[in-house]
Amino acid sequence: MSKKTSEYLINRKDNQYEVVIGLEVHAQVLSESKLFSTSATKFGAEPNTQVSLVDAAFPGMLPVINEFCVKQAIKTGIGLNAKINKRSVFDRKNYFYADLPQGYQISQFKDPIVGEGKVILDMPDGQKEIGIERLHLEQDAGKSIHDIDPQNTFVDLNRSGVALMEIVSKPDLRSPDEVSAYIKKLRSIMRYLGTCDGNMQEGSLRADVNVSVRPKGSKEFGTRCEIKNVNSIKFMQMAIEYEANRQVDMIEEGGSIDQETRLFDTKKNETRSMRSKEDAHDYRYFPDPDLLPLEVSDEFINDLKNDIPELPDDKKKRFIDEFKLSPYEATILISDIDTAKYFEEVVAKMGKNKDIKLAVNWITGELFAVLNNKNLEISESPISAKNLAILVNLIKNGTISGKIAKTVFELMLDGNKDPQKIVEEKGLKQQSDPKALEALIDKIINDNREKAIEYKQGKEKLFGFFVGQAMKASGGKANPQLINEILKKKL
Amino acid sequence: MSDITKQSLTELVENIKDKKLSSTEVTKAFIDRSEKSKELNAYITEDFTSALNKAKKFDQKPNLDLKLPGVPIAVKDLFCTKDVKTTAGSKILNNFVPTYESTVTDNIWKEGSILLGKLNCDEFAMGSSNETSFFGNVQNPIDKDLVPGGSSGGSASAVAGQLTPITIGTDTGGSIRQPASFTGTVGLKPTYGSCSRYGIVAFASSLDQAGPMAQNVKDCALLQEVISSYDPKDSTSIDFKRNQYSKELTNNIKGKKIGIPKEYRVDGMPKEIEDLWQKGIQYVKDCGAETIDISLPHTSYALPTYYIVAPAEASSNLARYDGVKYGFRAKGENLIDMYEKTRSEGFGAEVQRRIMIGTYVLSSGYYDAYYLKAQKVRKLIKNDFDEAYKKVDAILTPSTPSSAFKIGEKTNDPVSMYLNDIFTVPVNLAGLPGISIPAGHDSRGYPLGLQIIGKAFDEQNILNIAYAMEEKINFKNKITDWWIK
Amino acid sequence: MSIDLKTIKHISKLSRISVDEKKAEKLAVDLNSIFEFIEKLNELKTDNVKPLTSVAETTLKLRPDEVKSKNIREQIVKNSPQDNEDYFVVPKVIE
Repeated sequence: MSKKTSEYLINRKDNQYEVVIGLEVHAQVLSESKLFSTSATKFGAEPNTQVSLVDAAFPGMLPVINEFCVKQAIKTGIGLNAKINKRSVFDRKNYFYADLPQGYQISQFKDPIVGEGKVILDMPDGQKEIGIERLHLEQDAGKSIHDIDPQNTFVDLNRSGVALMEIVSKPDLRSPDEVSAYIKKLRSIMRYLGTCDGNMQEGSLRADVNVSVRPKGSKEFGTRCEIKNVNSIKFMQMAIEYEANRQVDMIEEGGSIDQETRLFDTKKNETRSMRSKEDAHDYRYFPDPDLLPLEVSDEFINDLKNDIPELPDDKKKRFIDEFKLSPYEATILISDIDTAKYFEEVVAKMGKNKDIKLAVNWITGELFAVLNNKNLEISESPISAKNLAILVNLIKNGTISGKIAKTVFELMLDGNKDPQKIVEEKGLKQQSDPKALEALIDKIINDNREKAIEYKQGKEKLFGFFVGQAMKASGGKANPQLINEILKKKL
Repeated sequence: MSDITKQSLTELVENIKDKKLSSTEVTKAFIDRSEKSKELNAYITEDFTSALNKAKKFDQKPNLDLKLPGVPIAVKDLFCTKDVKTTAGSKILNNFVPTYESTVTDNIWKEGSILLGKLNCDEFAMGSSNETSFFGNVQNPIDKDLVPGGSSGGSASAVAGQLTPITIGTDTGGSIRQPASFTGTVGLKPTYGSCSRYGIVAFASSLDQAGPMAQNVKDCALLQEVISSYDPKDSTSIDFKRNQYSKELTNNIKGKKIGIPKEYRVDGMPKEIEDLWQKGIQYVKDCGAETIDISLPHTSYALPTYYIVAPAEASSNLARYDGVKYGFRAKGENLIDMYEKTRSEGFGAEVQRRIMIGTYVLSSGYYDAYYLKAQKVRKLIKNDFDEAYKKVDAILTPSTPSSAFKIGEKTNDPVSMYLNDIFTVPVNLAGLPGISIPAGHDSRGYPLGLQIIGKAFDEQNILNIAYAMEEKINFKNKITDWWIK
Repeated sequence: MSIDLKTIKHISKLSRISVDEKKAEKLAVDLNSIFEFIEKLNELKTDNVKPLTSVAETTLKLRPDEVKSKNIREQIVKNSPQDNEDYFVVPKVIE
């Protein structure tokens, strides 16, 4: 492989260090009810209002598994090109905490539902494959709130028992940028599959980040530290940056790294040891005797395989092949499923005589700018795909000019108006009648005799002046192409 | 009728259906006798006022098509009962009032039965003598200062002492069969998965099973018919065809092949037990069954296996008793301090001991040597039974290696206490059904039991064998009502 | 083998059960006699035995994804040792 331009190294005096990163991503499964109970999973409910007797671990309460969550995990496994294990086992991970009512978390330790897989990242210097170690299902814990009362901690169990997929990567990541691309790719795949909404603000996607460093070129791994529960890509990147530098400094000073769990303090922008958690780290995993091994048939898996929609990588390939998009354009359009959906709907609504490039430009240009400004998701776009398609067609068939189109676009923002109607009502239709335009241009040349002579003598820059005058005279509606042609002829 | 409490369940049901007795009369009779029997300490919680009200209500509009029409029943305090305190014999649940009902008790109420109260038991069902209960020892109606066995000691005492016509217990390693044997009553541990565990305070999830305890086999069959059901709320509940056990009960066991496992002849077993077993062999032969010598080679490993598996599961199952959500909470300076004090003050010595054992065998570095090893041996024990059942229909053994012992006799020696369950534990490990029936007395007149072990889901067969033997044995419990002044 | 006081204290920490010296010593005696009895399992060679996962020889049943449990907060917090209508309340967690 050629030397990468984006190689991420930490430099100290004569030494260069490579950073090795592995992620344990916790993705909340999109489901109506929890993994082992029938409580709701909605975000933002009043405290303890989505808690069943099972979630609060009342005596004699037993877990019963949600079929849909199993399907979601398998689908995600398929999306990660991973091996689906037909037999998996739920284990208990034992530890005490206020927001862990059972005193154990039901998880999968030895036999996860999904085995090894991979995802492909599109990096500026090419593609990179990141290995997936495994994916397993587990319960989320509740929430401890420490800032209501100085003496007490308050516990809300609404999240307790919600299904999570823990997706463990191999230590294949080498830079904060790759981590960002990896998280975005995972999120994209899961959103395509509908298995996780990927909403990091609501905690639907968070990660434990394992970081180690080693001298550049070394084949051995350094001692790693695990940064717990980081809930935004920006924080992950900052935490890695800080932690890698901390480790390098330790090594440079002749010290060694302790394998430990650390916390990223987002206010101070540093990682901190969580030693208090260390001494109790003996989870005493054993198979949960309240549950039997989970067995799924080939038929069960195949039905899910048949149900898998086109995923980002395939969609990108198709966009390039079918719509002749550049890889860059395709990447932008496929990264989020809603954008891809919007784009495809625009393409479909444009009909036969379509200009896909033009549509792409309008989506990634004007539309994205508006969404950005108004802080909206594309699914909330004030302009429907259908109307955008109409607008693009109006440009394509010469009804309006690109410039007029911008005016029409602005008007469409208010209540998703039909561009056709706007054009008619406001009389914005392009003037494409050659005779009328010829008359208009004759008048302009007449009025600017001297300039016309100068042009003929070689001052070619003046051509723009005549175009501008013509457009102005037509109220911007003149077909610019025709103006050009006529002017060339007449001058 | 003066002798209401002496009647069997079957008789009571008949008399209520024939309108010879009202639910109120029957309920009152058992309440009166229970009131006079405080010295047995069989109850943890009495619900007598409410029981009488329910009986009166039943009598106003009696539904006589039900299986247990207006019949009062007290149940082991391990079953969660809605709005009635449920303690599991522990201080840590001293004030716990469930807002829900266990599936097994729910099945009972649906057949018209009425709750009398909650019966004493070893703390979290951990014990073989009912001496670990936070609510004190239970007396065996057979004799003063004699243990009733455990953990369903209050249940066994209440049935033998006629404080309730029938009852339900739970059996993790012998907790129904051993106390039944000690009190001259009948106790059935059903196949694992036959009775739902939903709403039963868990001890060891892979072993726990609820079951009926009664004065005779027929009553036991009727109660089993009521409590056994497939329950989607319990992932280990099994959906199999359940018999109408009492209706299909027959004493015709001609041609049945009964295995006699040589490994149950253990060192130091009293001659009385051996003699009882031989008598039992003769009885089944007299009934027309055939006995066959078999081998269950891993029998002696069952108890060590059990004392790894059960505490391991218990250590995890009991983690939820942490003072956060319900039950007892000790004052603590911070969360961890609160946990440690709550669990140290809230659990008794035996429960703490077992939590420690369980924590140890699961802890890092010991899992393979203990827990995994035990699960492998458990497989071998199950295989033993699978092999044996290729040749026989059921297995006959003594229920316990001795008769009931005195209160305090074994409390200082956990291992000798654990040895009580030597004949019952393999059955739990293999998930099989087993029934203990009273079959004779020792020299002091204390009852002795025989155990019949069946194939999985073959409760009907062992009930039939027990029914046939019961007729031949014609056991009479020697109860003097010594505790009634 | 023998279980020493240090081990007893370690497992009591893991179990969140406080033990003082006296209790630890008693536990050490009890646990050692129990483990002596348990060691009998070492007589058996089990290298080729597959461990039992469940005596119930069926597979895990799956339930449909339906919300059945309503808001029962009142019931859920009713039994909690420290009164609060909305939350479970515990002494401050020290990180």
